[in-house]
Amino acid sequence: MANVLVNAPKTAKKGEIVEIKALIMHVMETGYRPGTNGRIIPRNIIGDFTATWNGREIFRMKMSPAIAANPFVSFAAIASESGTIAFRWSGDEGFVAEHQVSITVT
Amino acid sequence: MTGLRLAAVLLAVFAASFALAQGDPRRSGYREMGPALQKMQDDDAANPAMLFVQAGAAAWAEKAAAGKSCADCHGDATASMKGVAARYPAFSAEAGKPIDLEGRINLCRTTHQQAEALAPESDGLLALSAYVALQSRGQPIAPPDDARLSNLRAEGAELYKRRQGQLNLSCANCHDDHAGRKLAGATIPQGHPTGYPIYRLEWQALGSLKRRLRNCVIGMRAEPWSYDAADYLALESFLMQRAKGMAMDAPGVRP
Amino acid sequence: MTLRRPESPFRRLGGESGLSEAKSRDPFFRQRRKGRSTTLGATVGRRAFLAHAAAVAASVTIVPFAAHATPEALAAAIKEVTGGKPLREGKVTLDLPPLVENGNTVPLSVKVDSPMTADDHIKAIHVFNEKNPQPHVFNAWLSPANGRAFIATRIKLADAQKVVAIAETGKGEFWTAHAEVIVTIAACIEDIT
Ligand code: HEC
Ligand code: HEC
Repeated sequence: MANVLVNAPKTAKKGEIVEIKALIMHVMETGYRPGTNGRIIPRNIIGDFTATWNGREIFRMKMSPAIAANPFVSFAAIASESGTIAFRWSGDEGFVAEHQVSITVT
Repeated sequence: MTGLRLAAVLLAVFAASFALAQGDPRRSGYREMGPALQKMQDDDAANPAMLFVQAGAAAWAEKAAAGKSCADCHGDATASMKGVAARYPAFSAEAGKPIDLEGRINLCRTTHQQAEALAPESDGLLALSAYVALQSRGQPIAPPDDARLSNLRAEGAELYKRRQGQLNLSCANCHDDHAGRKLAGATIPQGHPTGYPIYRLEWQALGSLKRRLRNCVIGMRAEPWSYDAADYLALESFLMQRAKGMAMDAPGVRP
Repeated sequence: MTLRRPESPFRRLGGESGLSEAKSRDPFFRQRRKGRSTTLGATVGRRAFLAHAAAVAASVTIVPFAAHATPEALAAAIKEVTGGKPLREGKVTLDLPPLVENGNTVPLSVKVDSPMTADDHIKAIHVFNEKNPQPHVFNAWLSPANGRAFIATRIKLADAQKVVAIAETGKGEFWTAHAEVIVTIAACIEDIT
């Protein structure tokens, strides 16, 4: 399992705008760098990142090799209802990582 | 927080920064960074080193093949490891010689866990040392007052001043004589080991103080020592002594 | 003094100073520092030190490993998202450190002035750059569920260059902002080998 660090509030008032931060361990190898043998190291990046709130998509991002290693993304969301915020990263070489946090909205 | 307590806290903070401005000319490399990188280090939800800390916390609780986890002997690291990283390298009676934090972790692995030593700069060793070092955040660097470390520190001091490599430079040439000046766009820091292990943007990864020193040695166009060389331990001991009393800010972010 | 060093596959050294040979782990390129021969004295005084420092700092040439994205590639990539509709300056705040300490990891955020209602919101934020091997940095899709049109991430920049952010509204209008950044070169780095 990939190493993921997600930061989101555990509770929020309904209608409040919360900030969500997500970090994931990944090399984000660009596919443009030569390795020690002089040959290009094949591209290995995360291409897609999505966040859903109780199944509804709230954020989606398409990443390129220009996203830094160990990608960090932060965005905002309106606290709509209690439930789970789920995150999914996918990319080259069949890479998939999923993570969930729960949030109570009062 | 009551008004009085707040006032007391503010006073303490003010007094501390005043003391800093007045007396101590030493500066952590943190202070040479721009606001964007300082913010990256300060925010635990954004500092990439925290990914390794998280892995270290998991490793702390993981049972070795022989049955014991770090936690089984040391309990809650937030209590048992507080201030520990701030006083290494230290003399180990078990090993009969001075060791650094990575050496101490590996000693526990080999003697107390009947496990293999973790390789230098391996993710496993970096993660555990980041997790242990985090528990000293904000603590003053406190090298042990131990005569058995004197020789090592003296060796380190000598190494620090010795000119070496094709450029015939010493560590002191840069970190004492030219600290604060620019070198190829980078500000030369005073070279205090307050934040190790660090997430260095240049590496795009976490690395130890040894790796950082290795980079400086390469920068001096000297032949870098292998990771188990005694020279590193000597320099680490000297640098920690030189930074005595400075606050730990591990795991740091550096350019 | 003659010293043998592993030869960089990318260049020959000029002069006896190896200082300029530092190789980089730059995300897209190998940098090369043009060799300036520096005579190495037995003692390094202040002037000599400064000369060494200058040798590191001076004449930094970036050797593209792959082709640069060109202003035309950038324009084409932008056209792909706008469909040729006009771009207006405004509403978008693109925040990047003006002086980047290491191009491997550059904090970036984009904020767009929008009420984020069903009728009036930002649907997407796109970021492009001029000089990495390809112009795309990222595309992010938003909706009124975000409450605020905001994204922060960290990017790689191979060289001093222009970064462009474009915000697309629900009605299909495009707003933009750009920033010029200077990327400094790290010192005392390790060999790749
Ligand atoms: C040519 C100048 C130069 C010499 C000589 C040099 N360094 Fe450095 N050192 C630097 C620079 C520049 C940095 C910071 C690089 C960066 O962060 O981009 C640095 C960083 C460091 C750091 C990290 C400080 C921090 O905030 O994390 C330490 C520790 C250090 N050097 C120790 C040494 C030691 C020990 C030696 C001698 C073996 C040495 N350096 C020789 C230029 C030098
Ligand atoms: C079987 C018990 C045992 C296990 C398991 C164990 N240790 Fe230890 N550890 C010790 C003992 C005993 C000491 C020495 C205590 C002393 O000198 O005060 C020690 C010392 C240490 C110290 C130095 C503490 C200080 O105050 O100087 C560190 C750091 C440490 N261990 C880390 C670890 C880590 C990390 C692990 C897991 C990889 C681990 N230990 C596993 C028994 C254990």
